[in-house]
Amino acid sequence: MSNDTRSDAGRGASTAVEEGRTVRLPPTLPSFWHRRHVLDLDDFSAEEIGLVMETADAMKEVLGRQIARVPTLRGTTIVTLFYEASTRTRTSFELAARVLGADVISIAAGASSVQKGESLVDTVLTLQAVGADMLIMRHRYSGAPYLAARHSRFKVVNAGDGWHAHPTQALLDLYTMRSHLGDLRGRKVVIVGDITHSRVARSNMWGLTAVGARVVICGPPTLMPVGLNGADRRERDELALPPVEIDLNLDRAIEGADVVMALRLQLERQQAGLIPSIREYTRLYQVNAERLARAQPGALVLHPGPVNEGIEISPEVAHGAHSLIEEQVTNGVAVRMAVLYLLAQGQQ
Amino acid sequence: MNGSLLIRGGRVLDPGRGLDTIADVLIEDGRIAKVGAALAAAQVIDAEGLVVCPGFVDIHCHLRDPGFEHKETIETGTRAAARGGFTTVCCMPNTEPPIDSQATVEYVLRTAAAVGLVRVLPIGCVSRGRHGETLAELADLAEAGVAGFSDDGNPVADGTLMRRALEYSQALGLPVIDHCEEPSLAKEGVMHEGWVATRLGLRGQPAAAEEAAVARDIALAEFTGSHVHIAHVSTRGSVELVRAAKGRSIDVTAEVTPHHLTLTHEAVAFSPASPAGRPAGEGGLTYDTNAKVNPPLRTREDVEACVEGLLDGTIDAIATDHAPHALEDKLCEFDQAAFGISNFETALGALLTLVPEGRLDLATLIAKLTAGPVRALGLDRRPGLDGLGSLAPGAPADVVVFDPQREWVVEPERFASKGRNTPLAGRTLRGQVVATVYDGRIVYALETARIATT
Repeated sequence: MSNDTRSDAGRGASTAVEEGRTVRLPPTLPSFWHRRHVLDLDDFSAEEIGLVMETADAMKEVLGRQIARVPTLRGTTIVTLFYEASTRTRTSFELAARVLGADVISIAAGASSVQKGESLVDTVLTLQAVGADMLIMRHRYSGAPYLAARHSRFKVVNAGDGWHAHPTQALLDLYTMRSHLGDLRGRKVVIVGDITHSRVARSNMWGLTAVGARVVICGPPTLMPVGLNGADRRERDELALPPVEIDLNLDRAIEGADVVMALRLQLERQQAGLIPSIREYTRLYQVNAERLARAQPGALVLHPGPVNEGIEISPEVAHGAHSLIEEQVTNGVAVRMAVLYLLAQGQQ
Repeated sequence: MNGSLLIRGGRVLDPGRGLDTIADVLIEDGRIAKVGAALAAAQVIDAEGLVVCPGFVDIHCHLRDPGFEHKETIETGTRAAARGGFTTVCCMPNTEPPIDSQATVEYVLRTAAAVGLVRVLPIGCVSRGRHGETLAELADLAEAGVAGFSDDGNPVADGTLMRRALEYSQALGLPVIDHCEEPSLAKEGVMHEGWVATRLGLRGQPAAAEEAAVARDIALAEFTGSHVHIAHVSTRGSVELVRAAKGRSIDVTAEVTPHHLTLTHEAVAFSPASPAGRPAGEGGLTYDTNAKVNPPLRTREDVEACVEGLLDGTIDAIATDHAPHALEDKLCEFDQAAFGISNFETALGALLTLVPEGRLDLATLIAKLTAGPVRALGLDRRPGLDGLGSLAPGAPADVVVFDPQREWVVEPERFASKGRNTPLAGRTLRGQVVATVYDGRIVYALETARIATT
């Protein structure tokens, strides 16, 4: 975390006592923040994203201390309910919750009554009855966290639902980009890969366009969801889908890019007949040094992980000077601390 | 005049016979006796200011009985049908056991007759066990009284099986009714493939999955010279295919549902109160499992094409595809939820929204609920059903009286159907059934109905 050592995090910061030291956080939340859940970034304003970023700055400072622990969420019980395997997201959330002093109940769906056929709503209501306050949920089906939010009193954080959304990943991506580039307005961000099945791409499209970045989506036509190009736009509101550009040719799309984000290619996409071969995918869509040379000098390279090295990204780029892949993981903890803090302090 | 019933002073609308006039309708001995002025009877329904028309005929519904009585029974389903103004319903055979034997047909007919609320005409399976492999005993089923054949719920995926079914059913004088969905294209999509599915991250099924199956069925109908009936048409392309086929005198008929005439795929994501494309506040994407239906709700363009299809005669009938489900079938993740909408009790109110919008005239709407479906499946050729779907003298005494102006709020918890699965919950609809007469008897009356016995 050498890139960002700003210490004035949180304008107008006040103090919360922690083992004789202070953590700089806003005393009261700004009036525009009245969010109860973080389910996606589709309804986030630039202002709200800015608040998460500033709060994450303060959290990052906490994480840099020798004893990274503050009592901010003491007495709060947070449940992580993961219906899908995850290493980095789950670890990141649980660490974030513990640093803030919360109690964490960790449930892997396979180990619970879910396997006995209990419905999602029943599971969520049981956890509520136990006395938990906040629910962090990952689910293989799109929309599942919305169901939990509607049928319980939990504050819900979506830790990834199906192909739909992964808002904290997009927030940590924004945070990582912002810490290198500052204001993202007018910056060109290319997202390349399997867009159809990517919740990371969807949430990033919303978040990036909300802060004014220019987003170009790139990938094989068979992995590009319908409707993004505005073909049936006459049917809908301008903002029904994020305003992105599409370019199926990576050599062209990457030209002048400030940020290139490669997505994981699930190998089963080839078995499903969506791409002819991994070899051809790699030839056309791999982010490698030769292609990166067409981007802005010093362009940033991001990947939500886990990486298939040599497929969507070449090893020299994944481990190269431009790669922020590890930094994304580190920032993930600070950003998730910010999200948990803001939800806990917000609407009761 | 004992046993006679008079429906007095209403606007009598019998589109099958081009009738639209203020008149009395006299019923005697379970038959329409006369439509005229100043008639009298032992029992009188005052229909002044109301519309009086032939009882609605629904050629596509699911009564779930036998086998899924927790979702619906013949009794609750027919009670819901009567409340919706339907007096004849054709129930699909995707029960357990499926309606692929005489015994099951007889069970349905016997149970419905004992309940006695509306006429139930079962549809028999195309394939044994609905497995899509070998033909069911179609002649046996015809003798037992089915009104057509369908594997509805599933398409008849195998082209040759469909061909054989058409050839065989032709000799029996009955149509094959197909749920058109090419499985290799639909790929287990849970909604329409379009921008809403992209927004929600849900697997879509493309319009082409339906259209490819419609095109195949039309080709087979032409090839065999048999009658194919396309169930629940939902896309512009399907409407155009049927229109072209009719233009070439191929024996094809088609139906459309109330929801495909009034709702779009946006109903899955956004509550009606929010502007198109914007979630209604935080977490406002609804993922409304009650709007999950197969075929899926489509685009506005598709909806408009379906309405046009009704107007120009391409689509013969409105059929509800009433598909009741239990709460737990819908209170779950969208991908896991059952397909279907409980439709009997909202069909008329939903359809009447099209009239003030100027998209459909009342006479066409009523025609597609009465004479249209009867003709599409040839139901009036059945013994004792001469004149079904009309108010012709001698026709079965099936009449619905409705108030086209009455506003009411959709409260699923008050449905007669066990299925409370409707995307219209909480909506105010205009137009409600006041009384339903089946076989000369009042089988349903709204509490405000004005009924007098002399």
